[in-house]
Amino acid sequence: MPTFVRTDKCDGCKGQDKTACMYICPHDLMKLDKDGSETGHAMKAFNQEPEQCWECYSCVKICPQQAIEARHYADIVPLGGSVQPLRGTDSIMWTIKFRNGTMKRFKFPIRTTPEGSIEPYAGKPSADMSKIEDNGFFNHNEQNGYREGDRSELINL
Amino acid sequence: MAGEFGNPEVVEEEVDILLIGGGMACCGAAFEIMRWAEGTDLKIKLVDKAAMDRSGAVAQGLSAINTYIGTEQDPADYARMVSNDLMGITRDDLAYDLGRHVDESVHLFEEWGLPIWKTDENGERHDGSKGMTPLKDGGKPVRSGKWQIMINGESYKWIVAEAAKKALGIDNIEERIFVVELINDKNDSNRIAGAVGFSTRDHKVVVYKFKACLLAAGGCVNLFRPRSVGEGQGRAWYPVWNAGSTYAMAAEAGAELTLMENRFVPTRFKDGYGPVGAWFLLFKAKATNAFEEVYMDRNKEMLDDYPPYGHAAVPASCLRNHLMLKEMREGRGPIYMDTVTALATLRETLSPREVKHLEAEAWEDFLDMCVGQCGIWVGENIEPEKKNSELMPTEPYLLGSHSGCCGIWVSGPTDVGAPSDEAEAGVPEHLPKGWNWGYRSMTTVKGLFTAGDGVGASGHKFSSGSHAEGRMCAKSMVKYCLDNKDMKPELDRSVEDLVADVYKPVRNYLEHKDYTTAIDINPHYITPKMLQFRLQKIMDEYVAGVATYYQTNGKMLAVAGEKLDMLKEDAEKMRAKDLHELLRAWENYHRIITAEAHMKHIEFRQESRYPGFYYRSDYNIVDEDNWKCFVNSIYDKESKKWTCFKRKHVDLVDKSKLFK
Repeated sequence: MPTFVRTDKCDGCKGQDKTACMYICPHDLMKLDKDGSETGHAMKAFNQEPEQCWECYSCVKICPQQAIEARHYADIVPLGGSVQPLRGTDSIMWTIKFRNGTMKRFKFPIRTTPEGSIEPYAGKPSADMSKIEDNGFFNHNEQNGYREGDRSELINL
Repeated sequence: MAGEFGNPEVVEEEVDILLIGGGMACCGAAFEIMRWAEGTDLKIKLVDKAAMDRSGAVAQGLSAINTYIGTEQDPADYARMVSNDLMGITRDDLAYDLGRHVDESVHLFEEWGLPIWKTDENGERHDGSKGMTPLKDGGKPVRSGKWQIMINGESYKWIVAEAAKKALGIDNIEERIFVVELINDKNDSNRIAGAVGFSTRDHKVVVYKFKACLLAAGGCVNLFRPRSVGEGQGRAWYPVWNAGSTYAMAAEAGAELTLMENRFVPTRFKDGYGPVGAWFLLFKAKATNAFEEVYMDRNKEMLDDYPPYGHAAVPASCLRNHLMLKEMREGRGPIYMDTVTALATLRETLSPREVKHLEAEAWEDFLDMCVGQCGIWVGENIEPEKKNSELMPTEPYLLGSHSGCCGIWVSGPTDVGAPSDEAEAGVPEHLPKGWNWGYRSMTTVKGLFTAGDGVGASGHKFSSGSHAEGRMCAKSMVKYCLDNKDMKPELDRSVEDLVADVYKPVRNYLEHKDYTTAIDINPHYITPKMLQFRLQKIMDEYVAGVATYYQTNGKMLAVAGEKLDMLKEDAEKMRAKDLHELLRAWENYHRIITAEAHMKHIEFRQESRYPGFYYRSDYNIVDEDNWKCFVNSIYDKESKKWTCFKRKHVDLVDKSKLFK
């Protein structure tokens, strides 16, 4: 399902050097056609290698204009369906349309903390250099997640 | 001075530690390392060929964390499961060590904001937004299997990357830099001294010098011809951007690889490759042949051919494929996941509120991590409660973090009884004898560390385990740098030479592009895309791809060897007409080296260790007497030749408990 960019919605991220979709695509597929020489649509983005698209939807989710959608892989999927997300800060809404017209909507949480709020070391101790060769991490046991195994299970000690 | 196409700007940088990759492993390392580096003056940098918010195997999100040990299981139970699923040959030291550390990372994910499903006191399940007791304080996860827990994981990577970026500091991160070669030290060929890469955005080559690096750039996808060869070839099961860079760069730097014969052939929903784990484990669905017969029951006696691995409560993944392939070969396909019966049965036992959630859960499973599968369902009008879906075994994948165990041989923990000597003859003299040599997760090349898909012989780490493994590397890399404070890395190749090498595909293009009228047809160069097709065809037809139902033999492998030799020669003639194609050119070079390792290892191992993943028809048995051992290899980048050898396998935990 390569993603495609709608000419009526894409604004090329307002003439910035790099569009949001270019920034995010893990496979370097999205490209801004600055002068229209590649697509006939100047200052709009396009998927330059659709047969390499993983359909990860990273570009669809990040596009500030909701200009990107997916047309499911033409060599596999009958036409007419669509799966479109609207990603907010704490949840994502999906609108799903079947080829036969059936519609479904789902909303799922994506995050329990405000975006950008992580303070990785807040309230966590510094590393104790004398323990650098010990098991466990710098904040040893602070997470209650280190599982000291039953040593009798180890048969080659 | 800004560079231009064909004449890139050259930037030289020196750091103490370079993190290569931006996935779960390097995010874990980034978080852990800055605390240990406090007050040390160590300079640390991370480079990613993509954007960290959505890079690596978790880019799209996940619907489950597949490795969470919890309080009721022992790390030894985990090591046993890993071992059996991989047909008995894994490093118990690595799996056990991962098992005792991994939950620390899962608890951090929850603290950072990842919604984790919970079970309440009545056994009812709730999604992760409800503010129930966190796991670290005793909250009960929703177990979809013995080791798996369910999450609302659309933003899993986004969250983990935020913590990593904040810990490391944005000034120490450069995105869209693709590192393509490691550089050994001039004064010690078995030590790492640097790396070279290029920007996929600017005309810029970067040459790094460092004491240590963490190479964690994923597994290998699209080295075999995929089942879909049109637009659908992008719909690989594992991320299509995983190009074998980890294995290829490590091999060329002289690192010892292990179990490169291992592969993963997941059985997934056909064409979309949507996950089946929740369907099997959470929804209790059965897989059947076209005549509604459950092949795991129908072909049960086939498991007896592979003792003891077929006799565990959960038989090894490859054997489950083996039983399914019999149905396909004998013409009883298509294979189906019986979603209709599963959902109908669940409706009878769940509360009304849960029934309402059931449908959403089934869809979320795909929407969180494989939207493409939903695309197929809507296009084909498939509602899982009304119509069953086809299953299909995929083309082969190489990876070390999921249900596969190929990768790099690394130093393990010192306190779990790992061997300190090597009983097999034939291991090259310069390589370590025992399973630990000073620094956890260091490869056999000094200063070169790896994690996640990079670490061989210890699969089933998944996202959480890769993060934890990256954190282990962080500690040992800091220790390594402090122990080697006065060492000055010196590159064994000149910067000019490196730049010429990296930009060779661009030069090939510029020199020859005007020879013909058609840009893609030129006797002086080959496009990365055609080179990839050639690789995929060779691997598919001779090295046990889907074309031969995963079968090969010594003769076929010899043919593959000849063809791969010529392909490797022609890789020198790859062209790049722009930076995007330069990225593809190097990815495909990495794929070739990885594919060659895979082929050489299968050729060396004279048995069929992973029935259902591949068969050597000339040695179609699991030969416990002669081949219950690691197959390892080293690559000589001067002669371009591989040397394969055995290492003895030793159990560190008692595996017989699996069969009681």
